[in-house]
Amino acid sequence: MSQIPADLQYTKSHEWMRKLADGTVEIGITDHAQHELGDLVFAEVPEKGRVLAAGEACAVVESVKAASDVYCPLAGEVTAGNSELAATPELINQDAFGRGWLLRLRPAGAAGAFLSAAEYEQLLRAEGS
Amino acid sequence: MAFIPHTDADVAEMLAAIGVASIEQLFDEIPPSLRVHSLEGIPAALNEMQIGRLMSARAHADGRPLCFIGAGAYEHHIPAAVWAVATRGEFYSAYTPYQAEASQGTLQVIYEYQTMIASLTGMEVANASLYEGASALAEACLMAVRANRKSKSQRVLVPRSVHPHYRKVASTAALNQAVRFEEVPYSAAEGRTAVAALAAFDGQDITALVIQQPNFFGVLEDVDALTSWAQERGVFVIAVVNPTSLALLQPPGQWGAGGADIVVGEGQPLGVPLCSGGPYFGFMTTRMAHVRQMPGRIVGRTLDVSGRDGFTLTLQAREQHIRRARATSNICTNQGLLVTAATIYMSLMGPQGLARVASASHARTAELVAALTRVPGVRKLFPSPAFHESVVAFERPVAPVLQRLADRGILAGFDLAEHYPELGHALLVCATETKTSADIERFASALGDVMKSVRAA
Repeated sequence: MSQIPADLQYTKSHEWMRKLADGTVEIGITDHAQHELGDLVFAEVPEKGRVLAAGEACAVVESVKAASDVYCPLAGEVTAGNSELAATPELINQDAFGRGWLLRLRPAGAAGAFLSAAEYEQLLRAEGS
Repeated sequence: MAFIPHTDADVAEMLAAIGVASIEQLFDEIPPSLRVHSLEGIPAALNEMQIGRLMSARAHADGRPLCFIGAGAYEHHIPAAVWAVATRGEFYSAYTPYQAEASQGTLQVIYEYQTMIASLTGMEVANASLYEGASALAEACLMAVRANRKSKSQRVLVPRSVHPHYRKVASTAALNQAVRFEEVPYSAAEGRTAVAALAAFDGQDITALVIQQPNFFGVLEDVDALTSWAQERGVFVIAVVNPTSLALLQPPGQWGAGGADIVVGEGQPLGVPLCSGGPYFGFMTTRMAHVRQMPGRIVGRTLDVSGRDGFTLTLQAREQHIRRARATSNICTNQGLLVTAATIYMSLMGPQGLARVASASHARTAELVAALTRVPGVRKLFPSPAFHESVVAFERPVAPVLQRLADRGILAGFDLAEHYPELGHALLVCATETKTSADIERFASALGDVMKSVRAA
């Protein structure tokens, strides 16, 4: 079982969200997701200022075997993309919940229903991992 | 012998499995009015000897005309070794092989091709080729929309001096992808795009500017000024170039202050014969920064498990068999055989050889224009510097003159009336290194005779 920090919220499609002090939300993919993808060779993150709808494809993570879209869990305006990933996409493999974050977003409107760490853990167990 | 492996029993079993009564029923969704039930006009089967005679007779019907038509496809001398080597069994493949890495020789040829094309255009990376020049431009426009993330408008500026077929193909291909093509006029006096004509777009969100060098009229555009205009405004530059001309002209990678972003063109002049409009091949090069947005296959060099040099398809995660609907493009193939011929052609010619072809073509065209404009009623239309094509203007319609010259075995050029009616009676002519002074004299003298007879008629 991969690590699942208790202070984050999760989605069924394996994204995590962290509320930051300035009111923005940091978004990434879970340790489980990076493990499934394998060694990442490229990550495309959104530009600052881009307005995203909930469920919209907002980033691409590419491994040696696949390229996958990352879906934005909530609507809002991008305040930053993780520029470190351009040169070192492996940060997502090494530190999925930390330096491997993909984007920061200022949420617009109410947040939807997300999974707690315990619920996400349950989901992974149900998926058989 | 029928080359269909399925027996009637196989077919019956498959139909039963999907619950369909007959093969015919699979086509029910096509309205009957759209279906052709008989193939009238298709003759009965012929044997090999009969078909050989028929094809030989058809080929002879073309005659051996003296060709002065350019307009996107050019008659160059092709050393005999090019196709002798390209058609060897080891190379004779239309595509990248399906088990690509099992065919190291083919991958190496494509890798060498990419290296040569990248070097010729002055860019960092090339793909393994596209279908032909016009669809390569269409792909470049779609790529610019993906890669220029600062622009949201999907507006692409296309000068009217760009090949009309390329403009048509690009707008057709991108029609359903919300790319807006906007025409930039050319200077009637110079036959090229004036930077002043771009002022109308100052301050607007523009995604890309297409620059063809030389342009459709054979005239050299002011590529540095046009490129700089674009780059100062965050507009991508898509260069459309003739590969032969690059032996003499500045490569697009060096245009303006920053160079072009994407370079495409028709590869036919590099060892591919004129052949009923194709098959030809398109080339595409770009900067490393945009490589993940480039369509098509890319061959890379790497090391195998034993540390030996090897070749592999690279960056395949962009392609449709992995990314499905969100692939960078649905072109995941290349023109393998023609690229092989082009690679051999470039190897045999070398940079100096290609430069001699380009210089000779330029000189022959200057000689041709001088000879034609000595005929009364014929004048050169644009005084601007040109490569190996030029527009000449007549006092009367071009079509009947072309017909009479064709009757004398001369294909005199491309009639511009349909695509550029504003030019009046204008003809686009081209002479490459394949034309001798005697050929040019024969054309000019025939034109003189025809003009006299047309005037008398």
